[in-house]
Amino acid sequence: MTQALKENPPLVSAYLPRAAKIVEKRKLTDGETWFRFTFPDAQGVKYLAGQFMEVSLFGIGGAPISICSAPGQRDDLEMCVRAVGDVTRAMHALNVGDTLALRGPFGNGFDMDTVAGKDLLFVAGGLGLAPCRSFILDALTRRGQFGRVTILYGGRTPKDLLFRDDLAVWAERKDAEFFVTVDRPDADWKGRTGVITTLFRQVAKSDPARTAAFIIGPPIMFKFAVLEALGRGLGKTNIHCSLERRMKCGLGMCGHCQIRNVYVCQEGPIFSYADVIRLREGI
Amino acid sequence: MLPKVLSKDRFADFVARLLGGGRVFAPVAKGPQFAFAEIAGPDEVSRIRMDYDISILPPKKLFMPQRETLLTFKDKGPEGVRAEVKSQPTAILGVHPYDLHAIATLDAAFSKGARDAYYLAKRGATTLIGLNVKAPANENQFAADMNAIDPPAGGYDLFLTDLGDRYYVEISTGAGEALADDDMFTPAGAGDHKGKRAYDAAKAAHFTRKLPYDTRYLPELLDVSYDSLIWEAAARRCFSCGTCTNVCPTCYCFDVLDKLSMDAHSGTRERIWDSCQLEGFAVVAGGENFREERPSRLRHRMFRKGKYIFERTGRTGCVGCGRCITHCVAKISILEAFQQIADQVGA
Repeated sequence: MTQALKENPPLVSAYLPRAAKIVEKRKLTDGETWFRFTFPDAQGVKYLAGQFMEVSLFGIGGAPISICSAPGQRDDLEMCVRAVGDVTRAMHALNVGDTLALRGPFGNGFDMDTVAGKDLLFVAGGLGLAPCRSFILDALTRRGQFGRVTILYGGRTPKDLLFRDDLAVWAERKDAEFFVTVDRPDADWKGRTGVITTLFRQVAKSDPARTAAFIIGPPIMFKFAVLEALGRGLGKTNIHCSLERRMKCGLGMCGHCQIRNVYVCQEGPIFSYADVIRLREGI
Repeated sequence: MLPKVLSKDRFADFVARLLGGGRVFAPVAKGPQFAFAEIAGPDEVSRIRMDYDISILPPKKLFMPQRETLLTFKDKGPEGVRAEVKSQPTAILGVHPYDLHAIATLDAAFSKGARDAYYLAKRGATTLIGLNVKAPANENQFAADMNAIDPPAGGYDLFLTDLGDRYYVEISTGAGEALADDDMFTPAGAGDHKGKRAYDAAKAAHFTRKLPYDTRYLPELLDVSYDSLIWEAAARRCFSCGTCTNVCPTCYCFDVLDKLSMDAHSGTRERIWDSCQLEGFAVVAGGENFREERPSRLRHRMFRKGKYIFERTGRTGCVGCGRCITHCVAKISILEAFQQIADQVGA
């Protein structure tokens, strides 16, 4: 027997999911729907900001979906799902009371305790607000543990803006700065217009050594937003992002999410910009 | 355990003994080539080709089948989902040292993290009977460079060396010991030991080294060759067909797909071989392809073989079997790439 085989084979398949029940569902935009799930096995779920679940609809397949609710030990979790593939389109057709299958949570996630005391700068583009919301809700829930909190959010059009109830709450909060912009306004839009990097002008100067940035959005947005953050003097290790990949198994095996020698489903999806540079193929 | 000797007169008895313990797979002719196939009964012993040069597919297919069921479901789940972790006692006869090394690599890969129940169940129910091989199957093999011409320590149950009229039998495990506990096996004597030594000396002479450097430097040489143009040059000929990964004994990337039965409610969740060389391998749901360019896919595979798998498992990601070179329609050679990077330092 080779060393690796000395232990007995595991009796349980890592592919067995848990049942999760849809207890709330709300259409956020034409393409995106928000779900809240609970677990009929009453075991709850514990996760960190930035972690994701493997969602299964048997007969159709599986897809990795990031968690958008506040992290911790909870009875429920939330996801914001864009209908782009077979699984996500089928999810949109499900109703409150329906069950589906979840595996996870997977990924490294990010322990917000590690940035306690620092100023936080959240930069979310498009659907990137979904995973970013988990970070933001955590920061706002235990607001006192952090310095200044600034949230920048950019969408393509006003119709594409997600979590509008949250956005209204964030805009009202006196202990957080919130700025939103759209690339293309419509007739009713009274807010800012322009790509997300234009919002950096609104951000008050802060001590770069005591600032942590979370930049989550499409690769093109990350590339430009990171330049703004670097321009403000932030160190590469203080800029965090979430990399999107095809995380098929979640177990560091199937190879689809591999970037060089890193399995994003295990060692990611949250990476510092320093790691992203080192990976070369990251963005 | 001291080595034993099995007379070739008793080879059929040995196979019959293996058949008494479960399924037996062994190399058989497949056209002008060879393949590991099931030996259904004692009357098929004559099909076994212990003189085979190399099999088309490595024995990997027996632990990680091209298609296997992970879960079954009914009523579209998630209730009533069952894991299908299955195995049956199996002996694989005639596994060459490079393939034993590849199996040890897969053992390590599938034992990491969540530990893969499917692979490990099949592997745990398998008896490996290795077979020494004196000369490379063809000019594409570079197993000596990859330190894979001798079997890995503990990586087999029995290991046979052909000494003409008899096999010299090395025993590595309790299962091997039990298998060799029969009067068809006799203790090896001085002449047998000498025969084995002569065999290995001839083997070392036949398997010449083809890389200009020791493979301990391979991961680092690849690292400094990341931006080399050799990947681009090789990729110009590549069809992205995935043949190299299919025939590779250490490639284990897979996809997971659902198969719905005719009743449209029950079905199976299956794991199938996938390939990092296929264009869609790294495409995400939104359509972004993170390894869109052919050179980046080709380089990724070569880096997995020479660097990443070793760094993750501590075992070689390439055993120098040469299958990917032999079967490549574009004649792309990982050996050639590994040779070329020797001059890349500082380039």
